[in-house]
Amino acid sequence: MTVGRWLLFIVLGIFVAYFLTPLYVMVITSLKSLDDIRMGGMMSLPTEITFDPWIKAWNSACVGIQCEGLNGYFWNSVKIAVPAVLISTILGALNGYVLTKWRFRGADIVFALMLFGCFIPFQVVLMPMARMLGFLGVAGTIPGLVLVHVVYGIGFATLFFRNYYVTIPDELVKAATIDGAGFFTIFWRIMLPLSVPIIVVTVIWQFTQIWNDFLFGVSFSAGGGQPITVALNNIVNSSTGVKEYNLDMAAAMIVGLPTFLVYVFAGRYFIRGLTAGSVKG
Amino acid sequence: MLRWLQNNLPRIVLAPSLVAVAVFVYGFIIWTAYVSMTSSKLLPRYDFAGLLQYEKLWSMPRWYVALENLFVFSGLFIFFCMALGLLLAIMLDQRIRLEGALRTIYLYPMALSFVVTGTAWKWILNPGLGVEKMVRDLGFESFEFNWLVDPDMAIYTIVIAGVWQSSGFVMAMFLAGLRSIDSEIIKAAHMDGASLPRIYLGIIIPSMSPVFFSTFVVLGHLAIKSFDLIVVLTGGGPGYATDMPATFMYAMAFQRGRIGISAASATIMLMTVMAVVVPYLYSELRKKDND
Repeated sequence: MTVGRWLLFIVLGIFVAYFLTPLYVMVITSLKSLDDIRMGGMMSLPTEITFDPWIKAWNSACVGIQCEGLNGYFWNSVKIAVPAVLISTILGALNGYVLTKWRFRGADIVFALMLFGCFIPFQVVLMPMARMLGFLGVAGTIPGLVLVHVVYGIGFATLFFRNYYVTIPDELVKAATIDGAGFFTIFWRIMLPLSVPIIVVTVIWQFTQIWNDFLFGVSFSAGGGQPITVALNNIVNSSTGVKEYNLDMAAAMIVGLPTFLVYVFAGRYFIRGLTAGSVKG
Repeated sequence: MLRWLQNNLPRIVLAPSLVAVAVFVYGFIIWTAYVSMTSSKLLPRYDFAGLLQYEKLWSMPRWYVALENLFVFSGLFIFFCMALGLLLAIMLDQRIRLEGALRTIYLYPMALSFVVTGTAWKWILNPGLGVEKMVRDLGFESFEFNWLVDPDMAIYTIVIAGVWQSSGFVMAMFLAGLRSIDSEIIKAAHMDGASLPRIYLGIIIPSMSPVFFSTFVVLGHLAIKSFDLIVVLTGGGPGYATDMPATFMYAMAFQRGRIGISAASATIMLMTVMAVVVPYLYSELRKKDND
């Protein structure tokens, strides 16, 4: 191997350390007792491994004045993410299908209008949305947040499916129409069976976005109905009592685990969504 | 009737989404823009007060701090993300055997919530027990690293965490761009005796300008919207030293009860994003038509 090659591997290795060190620090800190944290260094291994911070984070950590741990908030996030992902993906698939295979005058303008919705800074809709949720009687509830995530997820879901369906030959649809198949038959029998990869990409993208959301969660939820990211922030930034860093780290890892696992097992699809979401076309 | 239904079925299927976007995106934008021109304070009032709220906004020192932070943050964030991302992409492009594994490691922060990574960095950067203590324990007793609580330096901690989170994404974009370049051209340049750095600087990087442009747009967009990371890492503090437009808007709307000013700041954010995104979307949509 040449010197240049060695240098390349050393630099690559330094970056591996750069990206993994925070994860390493999180893991070991979450397994230490508070005394251990005060005595040892940030990077040193625990003298004795304890799972208490994890148990406490799940069962009895204080979020605001309630000390019941993260588990309720974890299920809140599941109850928000699952319906919101399903509905926005179904709508995205139907929209993409209409915009590519049943084109009508103005279809491109409709698509451009939807696409633009992906790019607005959400600050501009926060206040009217809060009023709208109140008007609909779902302010501070989980169905309210599902609605918010569906509405602002349609744009990306439509974008993914549209760009995918463009690559499916129109002849397929035309042939089916001649055979007498209708709108939904074609969608169900021809398009959907071909859509598995893009469904996976969309579901993963939407799930990651919705699970990781903080802005909508903190703006539109209240009391025990908050998503887990908001609960984590409340734990980390509570000003009362001793700062329990081991608890903070365990809680952060519980919040990060679902999307982390999705990334580890389906990273290929995650990256496709990431690059498709930014390089349009 | 049935015939009409059948003929218009595609439009009927599209209608709910279109109505949702019309109301929840465009209707809401109009509402916010309108409220920014009223005299609303704690509750929205539907009168007309011209640019009153904008005048108030531009007379608030806190708004200037937020804007200055946005400039500092987005400048450094975009620069370092681009530099690191390009470096990583070029290195991974050298036929590395472990490329898949390395790519996975470089990109994983992108899958995590900013709330999660913010929590981690808050702990690493905390002056009492984090990096500062670690270096002191190594024997440098007078070492100081308290940026997190220093009003002048706290904004840079957000840059550190933001770059760590997002540079892997830039790498993925650039790597995809590098892979799409015609390898014949590179081979030809190689045959002509051009060195590797010259090939990259002279041929490859210039031909990736569309990728640079879209990466720039996405990063700029991320920077303007950054909210979670600031709330978790510094809470906008110390004081309001690390406020940015997104946190400013939120504080005015939901904590201070100053709806008019909040709407004015949100409108300015929207216009800033539009100035970047609209030409970009336009060129992307045009490009596809010409293909």
